[in-house]
Amino acid sequence: MTLDILYFAWVRERIGEPRERLETSAKTVAGLVEELRAREPRYAAAFADLSALRVALDQELADFDAPLDGVREVAFFPPMTGG
Amino acid sequence: MIVRVQAEDFDTGAELADFAADRQDVGAVVSFTGVVRDSDAMLDRMEIEHYPGMTERALTDIAATAMSRWELADALVIHRHGALRPGERIMMVATAAAHRRAAFEAADFLMDYLKSRAPFWKKEVTRAGENWVAAKDDDEAALGRW
Repeated sequence: MTLDILYFAWVRERIGEPRERLETSAKTVAGLVEELRAREPRYAAAFADLSALRVALDQELADFDAPLDGVREVAFFPPMTGG
Repeated sequence: MIVRVQAEDFDTGAELADFAADRQDVGAVVSFTGVVRDSDAMLDRMEIEHYPGMTERALTDIAATAMSRWELADALVIHRHGALRPGERIMMVATAAAHRRAAFEAADFLMDYLKSRAPFWKKEVTRAGENWVAAKDDDEAALGRW
């Protein structure tokens, strides 16, 4: 499965890029995070504390245990600060 | 319902003059404008990042929820992104209803949801360095009011 992964705010800064395309066999967001963490220290640093992160699947907020079936775009970011 | 995400400034007066102007059943219009604050004269600018696509969707969902919960005649949300200096307008919301209570409550609801559920992130660039503004527990807790 090919996914577009997007990063925002300090997650983007820590990883060093705003988006990337990834081939993965992960079944859930948590599985994808495990894969990313194992890649390089900058990913391990960005995903060190999941309680400080939020995830959106195809532009809808989701949980880390959500399945990735049919998903095209995954975004990781800190809690939002609009207004 | 009007939802706009833009880099450019907006004219609060002109927006309010046009808002729900063609509706005869509106007796109350409430608006809120957010401005870049610099409490200790240290801020150079606020950089607002957003998630194009999801931002518009999230704001539209939030405004639609307000419209149905309070029977509003109309709702307006404008939110800027990019680098903003102290004193610049960041965003505004407006609500129009038959009576003031619905308009006030819906505007308050819009602001609470926009704070924590619209994908914007603010970075403060100050003379001492830069830092991402952390979400406040109070803002998350405020959603429980609704």
